[in-house]
This record gives sequence, C-alpha cells and structure tokens, in this order.
Amino acid sequence: MKISDLEKLKNEGAENLPSAERRSFLKFGFSVTGVFLGGSILSLTSARTALGAVEVMPPQAQKFPYSPHYSMVIRQNRCVDCERCKEACAKTNHVPSYGYRTTILEMQRETAPGENERIFMPVLCNHCNRPPCVRVCPTKATYKDKKTGIVTMDYKKCIGCKTCMAACPYNARYFKEENRAVDKCNFCFDTRLSKGETETACAAACPADVRVFGDLSDPGSRVYKLIHTPEKVAWVLRPETGALPNVYYMND
Amino acid sequence: MSNGFSLAATAEPKVVTPGLNKTTMLFVLMAVAGVGAGLYAFYAGHHNVYNNTREMPWGILISSYAFFAITSTGLCLLAAISHIFGGNRLAPLANRMVWLSIITIIGGFTLIGLELESPWRMAIYNVTSPNLTSNIWWMGTLYGLAVGFMFVEFFLILTKQYKLAITLGVMGALAEVAANTNLGAVFATLSARPYWYGAQLPIYFLACSFMSGAAAAVLFTNFAYKMRNEEMNDATYKGVQSAAKVLTLMLFLVSVATAWRTITFYVGGSESGRAASDALLGGPLATNFWVFEVSIGMIFPLLLLAFTKMKSLPAMSAAALMALVGQFFSRYDLVVAGQLVPQYDGWDNLPAYFTYTPSLSELLVTMAGLGFVGAAFLLGERFFGRAFEYHGEH
Repeated sequence: MKISDLEKLKNEGAENLPSAERRSFLKFGFSVTGVFLGGSILSLTSARTALGAVEVMPPQAQKFPYSPHYSMVIRQNRCVDCERCKEACAKTNHVPSYGYRTTILEMQRETAPGENERIFMPVLCNHCNRPPCVRVCPTKATYKDKKTGIVTMDYKKCIGCKTCMAACPYNARYFKEENRAVDKCNFCFDTRLSKGETETACAAACPADVRVFGDLSDPGSRVYKLIHTPEKVAWVLRPETGALPNVYYMND
Repeated sequence: MSNGFSLAATAEPKVVTPGLNKTTMLFVLMAVAGVGAGLYAFYAGHHNVYNNTREMPWGILISSYAFFAITSTGLCLLAAISHIFGGNRLAPLANRMVWLSIITIIGGFTLIGLELESPWRMAIYNVTSPNLTSNIWWMGTLYGLAVGFMFVEFFLILTKQYKLAITLGVMGALAEVAANTNLGAVFATLSARPYWYGAQLPIYFLACSFMSGAAAAVLFTNFAYKMRNEEMNDATYKGVQSAAKVLTLMLFLVSVATAWRTITFYVGGSESGRAASDALLGGPLATNFWVFEVSIGMIFPLLLLAFTKMKSLPAMSAAALMALVGQFFSRYDLVVAGQLVPQYDGWDNLPAYFTYTPSLSELLVTMAGLGFVGAAFLLGERFFGRAFEYHGEH
C-alpha cells in the first residue's frame, strides 16, 4: 500500500489495538531510541563512565577474530559483593593475598536528593582485541593467544619493567613476587579451560549468575545471546582508549 | 693515523689534588652505597624496599633514568653537530661532551638495571623474543647501540683518529635520537594515561635533551677549568657561550611547550588528564612544579642568561645548574603525575590522588646515578683530561 493510499484511510485510533501490538510497537521504539540515547549519553558523561551501546562498538569487535572468541558479560546490577568470585579466583590460580586478578569495585551514588544506592562492579582483565599491554611488552612475555584471544603471560620472559601495568586501562595487572613476573587473569586457561571446563572459576562460583562466560563467536552461546538482545544496552569500560575490550557490562 | 693509546698522553696531572681525590671518593661511595641498596632490593624484594605499587608502578628510578638518558642524548647530539657542521663554536667542548654522554647514559642504565625486577631476563629475551612494537624494546636496544658506538668513538678520539671518530659520532647520535624519541613514545603512546598520551612528549623529550645537554656542557666545562685552577681559553669560552645560547633557546621552547601542554588539559579532553594537571598546579606536586620545574628550571635561568647576555661564566654555570635541577624534577613530575589519578576514579572511595613518595632505597639508588656520573666525570678529567682540550683538529 502506498503512502498516498494510507493517507486516505480513516484513523482507527489507538484505543482498539491489542496490547501485544502496542507492546511490540513500544519495544521497537525503545530499541530505536535506545541506540540514539546511547550516543547522547556518551557525549554527556565523562569518557570513563561512558556507556556505549553495542551498536556503536567498533566493527572489529563484531568480527570475532578468534574461535572460540572468549568473552565475559557482567550483569552488573545482580552483583551483591559476596566476593565468592575473588575467593575462587585466588584459590584456583594461586593468587597471593597482596594481589588480585579480579576484584569488585563499589560505589555509593545519589539517585535522587537524599536517596542513595550502592552499586558493585566486578572488574578483571578485559582481554582486549587491541591490548595495549601486549604492544608495549619488550620481550613478548605477555601475548594474545592466537586461537582464543586470551591475553596471557609467559612468566619466564618477564623482565619486570612494568610497562604493561602502566599501559593497562583497567588496572588488571600486578607484580607477583613468587614468579618475579607480572600476573593477570587468563580466563583460567591453564587451570580450567585447558582441562575441559567451560567456565572460569569466578563465573562458576558466582551465586547470582553475574558473570556469564563463553564464546562470543558462537550464536548459540549465552554471551552471544546477551550481547545481541536488542532491548539490552551493553557497555564496555574506557572505550576511549581504543583497546576494544571483550568484557561487556549490562544491567539485568 | 693511529698513535696508539697511552694514558701518559691523555692523563691530566693538574687535577690530581687531595681535594679532588676526596671528592672522587665521596662520589664513589655514593655510587657504591646506592648500588648496594639496589642489589639488596633484589634480595629483599622490590615491593619491600621500593614504594611502587600496583597503581603506581613507576617512580623516581624511572624518572631519574629518563633524566640521565635525556641528558646523554643532548650531549651526544651537540657533540656530533659541532663535529659535523662548521659554523658553530661548540667544537672545543665536544670531546668532553662525548665522555659525559657515555657516563650519563651508563648512570641511567645503572638506575634502570636496579629498577627492573628481573633484568637478567632482559639479556636473554630482548634478543631471542624481541617485540618490535614495543617502545621499551627499541629504547633499550638503541641506547645500548649508542653507548657501543660512543665507546668506539671515544677510543678513536683518545687515539686521535678524528675522521673515523666523527663517523662513529654520527652513528651514535642517530641511535641516541631514535632512542630518545622512543623514550618519549613509551609514555606518549599509552592511551590509558591521558596525561602522557598524545603527540607532544617525543618532541618535548628531544627539546629537553638539547636543553640538558647544553646545560651539562656549560656546567662541566666550567668545573673542568675550575679543577685545573686555570682561566678558560678563548676558544673554549666562546664554545661555552654557544652552548649557553642553545640552552637559552631550549629553555624558551620547553617553557612554551610546558605552558601549552598545561593549558590543553583545561580546554577539553579527558577528566583524568585535567586531574593530573591539577596535581601539578595546586595538588601534591605543586611545590615540585612551581618551585623546581618552572621557577628554578625555566624562569630563573632564562632571566639570568637573558640579563647577563651570556657574558658571565658564573651566571652561565648557575643557569646551567638550575636548568639541570629543574629537568630532574620535571621528569619526576611527569612520571608521577601520569599515574596519580586512579583509573577507577569514583569507585571504592578511591582518593583523588594516589600517594607516592620515594623510599630511602629509591633515593639511595638515585644517588648512585649521581655518584657514578660525578666520579666518572672526575676520573675522566684525571685520566683523559688532556684529550678533552681543544686542539683545533676538527
């Protein structure tokens, strides 16, 4: 039907529409405006906390250069700071008490005058597609695994210049005295994934199902489905650094 | 052609005095104490004796290394330029500048060697597993090459093979420039650190190197004549004046760079870049910045040189010393400010700024760099002093 014909029709009004149709219309509208809202939020807030809708992510992130392309989706508002992820990580990966591979940040923020809410944000290595730490390492002691994209360490090559620590936008690295080398999250590659487990220790330990781990290149995976849910807004931390991280955040 | 090398021909008996012997010993002791502290740090663990943290991995040892490396580049470049291009009067200072360039970079290497957690691994994996996208790799390799070239150059100077020495000097200078610009890029290419990130630092480091190199040439040439209790000869005095002109020009350029670098943080861009700049203007680094980096390091020497019109040796030397002190603080300010602002600012009740104060061990190791350069300068005058004199060959 042409638009000129449509114009001739009588207006039926919205009151007789079935509610399912109304809902799907609203949903469509929200997801369209959500894209633009994502853009406008990006320009209104400081870059550090900017929320980038997944639609505005650079195209490299959607090509999934690795297979499996490991990534994590963190459903931030489900986190209650029970710290079981931290415990599981430390136990599984022999993380000393003075360091951490993953931690939970917390913030008290004012939602309205006199009204506060406490929010928690788990953080870890973002296993960036363009990892600044890997570029700066003089001896390739830290490298991006060619198959899985996991940013990992070859301890024996680390000279301890700490440039990777300075270069990381996410404070994901610490110096492990026991190894005389920098240590960091490797998505439990050596301790779990290579032994047939499908989840990282932190994701497996989370009672609130905050951390969803999986293969972003597999359309059947939970991470893929979460990231590609149209009405969900996903964001990454510090997008302005151009590191193209593989840890995504969203609210449930 | 080759005359062979004999210490008898190059040694300078005039500087063998009880006073200078004591001064040399003092510098040697500083170096030994500092290296001792650094070696102890390997045994005790850097985390126990150095004040660096996960959030602030770099401190005064990195900044002082940069200070020495930048000074070395300037000395090497000015020496090479004076040798290659005529029309300037720096040539009488050049042989001493080559020696100073060698000892300042070795002073720097001493600091970085004691700063790295596992430097012995560098010896293996820099060679067998090089990462060509890493500025640290290039910087280390090129400074290493440069020091090799300069050692050969210096030997050729001692044995009066000046033509070949110039060739080696040019190779050394090219390696030093490339190394210096990579040192700038170590900081300038880290997008995670808005205070460092951007195009300015590599060219700023090069400008600082000319400035520090010229200042060191003025200061140490003056010391050399003071040690001999001699009046500076005319050609050398004119050379010092030329170096002071380079110093003046570079003080001006670095001041301009510092002013605009600061202003750009307040006209947009990243909040944490602005917060880092706030730390210098009115925060924890304010004294360092205003008193040492800006006043002592730039404004006073610039005014002193301008008002005395480079006609007073004490004024030129004082300006040179102030510029070097300023540069030392300037490197510290840059390295520390870049890491002071928490990356997760706003979370976890993080402070506006992390704190970092050098530990006693870090200060001792820094003193080792100064002690080494001081002792090596004095010993250089003692053993090679006559080779530093101008013979008009170039």
